[in-house]
Amino acid sequence: MTTLIIAQLTIQETQRKRILWLALILGGLFLLLFGIGFHYIYSDMEQFAGNRDQIFLGFLLMAGLYVVNFLIVMLSVLTSVTAVSGEIETHTIETLLTKPVRRWEVVLGKWLGFVVLLIGYIILLAGGVMLIVYLRAGFAVENLWAGLGLMVLEGLAVLSLTIAGGTRLSTLANGVLTFMLYGVAFIGGWVEQIGALLRNETAVDIGIVSSLIMPSEMLWKKASALFLPSLANNPFNVGPFAVASEPSTLMLLYGGFYTVALLLLALWSFSVRDL
Amino acid sequence: MPETTTPAIYTSHLHKTFGNKVAVADLTLTVERGEVFGFLGPNGAGKTTSVKMLLGLTRPTAGEARLLGKPVGDREMRRKVGFLPEHFRFHEWLRAGEFLDLHGRLYGMSHSERQEAIPRLLKLVGLTDRVETRLGVFSKGMLQRVGLAQALLNKPDLVFLDEPTSGLDPLGRRLVRDIINKLRGEGTAVFLNSHLLSEVEQTCDRVAFVRQGVVLSTANVADFDADKLQVVVRVGQPSPQLLVDLGQFDREVAWENGRYHLTLPHESDLPRLASWLVGHNHTLYEFTPTRLSLEERFLQIIGEDTGQ
Repeated sequence: MTTLIIAQLTIQETQRKRILWLALILGGLFLLLFGIGFHYIYSDMEQFAGNRDQIFLGFLLMAGLYVVNFLIVMLSVLTSVTAVSGEIETHTIETLLTKPVRRWEVVLGKWLGFVVLLIGYIILLAGGVMLIVYLRAGFAVENLWAGLGLMVLEGLAVLSLTIAGGTRLSTLANGVLTFMLYGVAFIGGWVEQIGALLRNETAVDIGIVSSLIMPSEMLWKKASALFLPSLANNPFNVGPFAVASEPSTLMLLYGGFYTVALLLLALWSFSVRDL
Repeated sequence: MPETTTPAIYTSHLHKTFGNKVAVADLTLTVERGEVFGFLGPNGAGKTTSVKMLLGLTRPTAGEARLLGKPVGDREMRRKVGFLPEHFRFHEWLRAGEFLDLHGRLYGMSHSERQEAIPRLLKLVGLTDRVETRLGVFSKGMLQRVGLAQALLNKPDLVFLDEPTSGLDPLGRRLVRDIINKLRGEGTAVFLNSHLLSEVEQTCDRVAFVRQGVVLSTANVADFDADKLQVVVRVGQPSPQLLVDLGQFDREVAWENGRYHLTLPHESDLPRLASWLVGHNHTLYEFTPTRLSLEERFLQIIGEDTGQ
């Protein structure tokens, strides 16, 4: 019960602080821009591209989804980074925790509130991009739900890391940590992809290690490989969004384990700390 | 009415260290049911850490603490405990009514219980017309009032008030005093952490003086009239010998501005001193007893211990 009360409170907070509305309005604006841009590019493509139609469409779709992916990671961090540490710093949390509640219920409630927002936002933005491409050009992704599921998992991994950090670090330190780890995963992901193209095993290994530290980029790569299984593996098709080295199923399981482990760490870490 | 078999607060050798720093050395105290208990000490005396340990926000390094007969972590017990924190920072984007509703839900109160309690408490703290106002635009005093209402939501048997009047004007202080008296009448125990000694003197049944988390002394406020008072004596022929003789009443008797200054341990020493002086043929020009205010006691007790 406590968990649901806090989840509701968390959603209400993003609404009252206008974060929710801003994100929705700007998300809508993004879709509008993407839609207009896509419309005109596709109009030209219809005249010139001929049989390379599918490849161009795949490229444009991946470009749109890549931005969505980036926005989701950013929003996961920015909305949740103060959720625990901010309330510790202002002592707001003390009045909550002296009620007949368990500490982990409060943290889980916050996490759950953000999960609901995250899923809604992914469906809105990623779904919106896909819908625009489908309605204008009749081009649909494959493995829609599995791919979206991995994008959600990526958001959850980042969210769990941020919440876990917030139980011990100051808001600023937590933000720095999370973004740096995201940076590591990001650059590691690129090193891995380029390494795979050049058949440089060391580079691929560097990428894999960075994915172990922070699996966000790896989950995104797997999602894009699922969305476009026949195109995504070739940089001549989708350029920088190519997945030359596709994450294994074991890696995906690790992504799930990482998320659950960090969530549990957050619940435990907050339960045993002094306030 | 709360059961009265177990004390509201019981602690035994409660101890807390942060790294090498001892915050609370050895806190042992008992607060009875329905008692208004003042917790006094200088800054850094470990008062806040003590309160946090009692509320389960901070874990003691050693020792035992029970509230309402239950260990501090017990969730059922917390249904009957209210807390107004020192910082009274709340979710400022909530409206006053929503804020109380949230905390009522966290207490596990039903919808109808909350519907009854919220208007009643807003009225009690004088915020009835602010039910729809966001806490973000509340003044410090209003926040403290709504925080107090929050602490009383579930008709607690024990309430912790950490500096409950720090943001309040004289009217607000009066209000808090009245609320504390009302709680006492209802059998609620109040643990009052305050720097305002005059306020403590007016509201508390008993006070504890703490330093570095050790209770140096506890006293019943009602007994203050009877114990420890100062007396200033002026006689016709003062002499060094008289100063020595007065030592039997107070070993630290002092001679200042032509007068003897004594601190007597009990009121009954007053007539004894007067008749001794008259009996030894001293002409008595001045004999002025003064009670020790809580502030003087505070300085004396805390000062004694620090050797100041």
